[in-house]
Amino acid sequence: MLIITCPWCGARPETEFRYGGEAHIARPADPSALTDQEWADFLYNRTNPKGLHAERWRHIHGCGRYFNALRDTVSDFLVTTYKAGEPRPENSRPDVEGSGR
Amino acid sequence: MVESPSVITPLAAANPLTALAAVSRDIAAARLAALGDAARLAFRGREAAIGPAGEAFGVALPREACRFNAANGRFAFWLGPDEWLLLVPDAEPAPLFAAIEAATSGLPHSLVDVSARSVGIEVAGEKAAFVLNQGNPLDLSLGAFPVGMCTRTLFHKAEIVLVRHAPDVFHLDVWRSFAPYVWELLEDARRELA
Repeated sequence: MLIITCPWCGARPETEFRYGGEAHIARPADPSALTDQEWADFLYNRTNPKGLHAERWRHIHGCGRYFNALRDTVSDFLVTTYKAGEPRPENSRPDVEGSGR
Repeated sequence: MVESPSVITPLAAANPLTALAAVSRDIAAARLAALGDAARLAFRGREAAIGPAGEAFGVALPREACRFNAANGRFAFWLGPDEWLLLVPDAEPAPLFAAIEAATSGLPHSLVDVSARSVGIEVAGEKAAFVLNQGNPLDLSLGAFPVGMCTRTLFHKAEIVLVRHAPDVFHLDVWRSFAPYVWELLEDARRELA
């Protein structure tokens, strides 16, 4: 079982959480100005990286909050978590770089 | 022909654990008890409404994560950064509801009477944490889950609010239809202690 650190509640078991998809995808301010391809990219196309991935999680059986996590998709290691609205931690940050490998 | 009962008992008065509690064995290491009725209010609000709601309730709403405040038999449990469960055993919810609603009038908030939604279970005894850990992976040592802590979590597949009132006294608040499920799994977990 993964131990996920909720930014509010601390370390909690994986079963209390729901996955929420890729993080930092902002809805376009003016959807009607987009081409069909750009709209499809926003709706459906994701980065699917091999390595560090910023993604949303929800502590649904806890405080109910959405937050963001940086997870390594190779090792399934959760590098760090941070509150929604905060910027994605730099890959060069000491606690991020090389962790989970 | 089966006679239909002349009096229909309202749902709120029927505790789903009455029959199970009546045949429950007394095991001193982990006692189970079905708690009585209580007024329960779910409060969610923006910053401006939090203070007035606490004043009207008589217990300040805790701002620290996973902690509860208590005074005069009233409890305010932190469930989320903007969400609290207000609980008063053996009380009518209507006057509490009216007092808080009056104090937060015009401020962004939501207040819902959820008194009949859930029922309370007490697990008490030196093996209480051990019994709860059969269906919940949280670290229930006093360092990680001190007295005064509360949290929403899971017991097996049912969502519960878990509260530690004393080193070996826990209260569970569980949705009414899940209560027999949780109770019987607690019974199963403590069977070896008899």
